[in-house]
Amino acid sequence: MVVFDKPNALTENPLHYCPGCTHGIIHRLVAEALDELGVTGRTIGVASVGCSVFTYNYFNCDMVQAAHGRAPAVATGVKRSDKNNIVFTYQGDGDLAAIGTAETVHSAARGENITVIFVNNAIYGMTGGQMAPTTLPGQKTQTSPYGRDVEAVGYPVKVCEMLSQVDGATYLERVAVNNVANVKKAKAAIKKAFQNQIEGKGFSLVEVLSTCPTNWGLAPDKAIGWLEENMLPYYPLGVYKDKYAEEK
Amino acid sequence: MAKVSFNKDLCKGCGLCVTACPKKIVHLADELNKRGYHPAEVTEQDKCIGCAFCATMCPDCVITVEK
Amino acid sequence: MAEKVLMKGNEALAEAAIMAGCKHYFGYPITPQTEVAAYMAKKMPKTEGGVFLQAESEIAAINMVIGVASTGKRVMTSSSSPGISLKSEGISYLAGCDLPALIINVQRGGPGLGGIQPSQSDYFQATKGGGHGDFHLLVLAPNSVQEMVDMVFKGFDLAEKYRMPAMILSDGTMGQMMEPVSLEKGEINEYDKSWALTGTKGERKPNIVNSLYIAPEELEKLNFERYERYKKIEEEEAMYEEYLMDDAEICIVAYGVASRVAKNAIDQARKEGIKVGMIRPITLWPFPKKALNKAADKVNKFISVELSMGQMIEDIELAIRCKKEVLLCNRTGGMITTTEDVLNKIYEANGGKN
Repeated sequence: MVVFDKPNALTENPLHYCPGCTHGIIHRLVAEALDELGVTGRTIGVASVGCSVFTYNYFNCDMVQAAHGRAPAVATGVKRSDKNNIVFTYQGDGDLAAIGTAETVHSAARGENITVIFVNNAIYGMTGGQMAPTTLPGQKTQTSPYGRDVEAVGYPVKVCEMLSQVDGATYLERVAVNNVANVKKAKAAIKKAFQNQIEGKGFSLVEVLSTCPTNWGLAPDKAIGWLEENMLPYYPLGVYKDKYAEEK
Repeated sequence: MAKVSFNKDLCKGCGLCVTACPKKIVHLADELNKRGYHPAEVTEQDKCIGCAFCATMCPDCVITVEK
Repeated sequence: MAEKVLMKGNEALAEAAIMAGCKHYFGYPITPQTEVAAYMAKKMPKTEGGVFLQAESEIAAINMVIGVASTGKRVMTSSSSPGISLKSEGISYLAGCDLPALIINVQRGGPGLGGIQPSQSDYFQATKGGGHGDFHLLVLAPNSVQEMVDMVFKGFDLAEKYRMPAMILSDGTMGQMMEPVSLEKGEINEYDKSWALTGTKGERKPNIVNSLYIAPEELEKLNFERYERYKKIEEEEAMYEEYLMDDAEICIVAYGVASRVAKNAIDQARKEGIKVGMIRPITLWPFPKKALNKAADKVNKFISVELSMGQMIEDIELAIRCKKEVLLCNRTGGMITTTEDVLNKIYEANGGKN
């Protein structure tokens, strides 16, 4: 009996991501959630700009490719077109937390009944490793070559913490894909974020701490280690808001 | 009996599966696949317990696990 | 013919959109188009399946438009000049994704924040693309409240027929003025929507709405194909109205509110025996090049009457291949050309009064 195989909600296209980039794990978790919930056939995904720009090649559902940062606004249109559509965005940190901050905050504030998958790897990957809104203090990137100087460029944006203050948001959880146990937790969170949408509960966002071995300049296993040592302390995992749990 | 198989040519040799395996039976092959990576493989198949930890950590969905 | 009612241009346009089957409107407040949003806010919730949403920005609004358009449904947004600049990114994406949608620009004076009085200074922006990349918008220019209604039906139809965004280039005057209007339902044709995102239902391969093509050969091919479509549109869809052109020696070219002023001046000049007529472009893209080029063989001079610093005049000169002189009669910044201004320009073209 096959106990583990590629989910049907992923196409046969080989992923373009660099070796060891954990985007691929997150793609699979989204696809598994869609399969298990039986909604792939009525799902419309919104691809963003960044490394995840090509997600439309990988998910076996209808897809639209949005401009940088605008995915939640495009998703709003798709959802408002037909509330039976299951709509998700798949966005990186530059897309969601810098150029698309307004779209993120306001789709949450409206309680838009969509699922947002937010991949935080503390860097702009596609453009070659520039400072992201989530780049850690002191972290070296192409545009912070001496390390992020918080006096000059300010502090990282903690998306889950920020959105937890938005009344319209329903469910916010930060997970990581650094080991098997955490991948399983990430899967549960992503599935819940879709389940919420199916039940009409409103805006759900799962922030997934992910690696960027290439632009961090680390081997894949070392990148996992870097995530654990540097990102986990700054971006604590956990549920930041669960409106329906609170009401119990 | 558990069995793990790798879609060799899609593997990018990142080694996350190697680290994840509790039985330490996954390793990277000496030869290159057609994309130029050293693909992951298991030589001591009989030691596999079918936990699928390797597949769980695989970013490229190249691993199938049977039990 | 439906009974005539007295309506404000912006409200008549909004009502026409609902009649045309547009169930989704996304907007953001900006003078002088806010009546469109206000009317939609009032009417959409009372329309079956109707959605009105005030977006957090013009940028969000146009991207919500992209979302609905990608599902194959009629969708509209409206704004005024500075807001259209913000929407330009999304307009380019609509074009790149081959999505139909209707965008209303109730123009005001610019550049920058400009003013709130009527203007036609977004001509270049509307007719030359207005966003990045090789593309065109269908641009319709109503000159009455009735045409504000008619152009909505025409705009949606052309947008769907050619799978591209259409813009109604109106102005503060058209939007704010009241006129009797017949709210008659225009033509609604069915076009192929097999590209739309409706969910695969597990029965077909995924549809993808996208404007990203990394391989330059592929992107060039798509742009070439799109421009073949544009060529067909230029051949077949140019709309214009001729006024007293049969014996005209001077041809005024004017659209929108400027054409109404021009018409008064023409009537006055005719009384004085000056043979002047008008070609009024109803579509600014496609521009009625053929009609103008034909007129250039008959008339001695052209006058471009526009509420901008000489934008349309360039298209006139191109259309007539500079065969005849084109004079400019213009005001800008929210000022409107008077009948006297136009009349004086007619005298100039005529070499004085008769």
